[in-house]
Amino acid sequence: MMEDLAMHMIEIIMNSIHANSRNISIRILDSKLQNTIRMTIQDDGKGMSEEFVKKVTDPFTTSRTTRSVGMGLAFMKGLTEQCAGDFTIESTLGVGTTLTASVQKDHIDTPPMGNIGSMMMQCIQADENIDFVLEYKTDSNEFLFRTVDIREQLEGVSMLEPSILLWIRSYINEGIEQAKEEMR
Amino acid sequence: MKSLEDLKKMREEALKRVEMREGDKDYRVVVGMATCGIAAGARPVLNRLVEETAEKSYNCTITQTGCIGMCVYEPIVEVYGKDGEHTTYVHVNPEKASEILAEHIGKGHVIDEYTVNAVQNQGV
Repeated sequence: MMEDLAMHMIEIIMNSIHANSRNISIRILDSKLQNTIRMTIQDDGKGMSEEFVKKVTDPFTTSRTTRSVGMGLAFMKGLTEQCAGDFTIESTLGVGTTLTASVQKDHIDTPPMGNIGSMMMQCIQADENIDFVLEYKTDSNEFLFRTVDIREQLEGVSMLEPSILLWIRSYINEGIEQAKEEMR
Repeated sequence: MKSLEDLKKMREEALKRVEMREGDKDYRVVVGMATCGIAAGARPVLNRLVEETAEKSYNCTITQTGCIGMCVYEPIVEVYGKDGEHTTYVHVNPEKASEILAEHIGKGHVIDEYTVNAVQNQGV
């Protein structure tokens, strides 16, 4: 079910959303030269204590109240281990959390990138008032998406308008495809 | 190639639609999108809801939430009316999602057989 990187990332982003973040940035480095895909998710949410960070990748650790297991971080950490990458979480109570996960780009177990446009659409649907930034970088190119820019254009019309959500999804996927193409 | 300028036009269109129906959306449709929901197939459901609502201009917004706490019934779609009443649809797939939009949002008819109450009464 966690068949692509986008699915892993949305799990992590949902944690950031539930931590009452106002700003969430998602940075993806997709580098052939370094043979790595590095995903960094940074938020300004409530953060975690040092003690909680230590046990947070345990599937039986969760702050949620609806059930007692939380798999998102455990899955992401497992993926990085399986795909010869790295996994770090830095967090400060009251300041926010930065998670970095990398995988070896050409590792046989590294899943495809997945639908990043759909991932961002879901983020906005979870809370349209959060300022999301998506940065997708290859060796020679970069695509940047910021919800503040969208909001500025929309002047008060909600990003939750279905036609606008769908536009955002294709806008992002086109931008990423273009960044990839120029890399070849 | 899309550009941010496209949004200006979409904004005008959205405003026109709001004027036509004089005010806010009547319904809010919420999809449970935690791991449990996604594992059960909530992503295609969410996509179908957004796509059909855009295409047929249903009077609702589509949003998502985390775990609703009834993982065995996922994918779950909750429909909230203007006066706060809500209906919980369970085991939703893209086809049922289309029906829910057509019947509940389109005509105001709750599809009883897909609701959590109906499913619980069957002892599933």
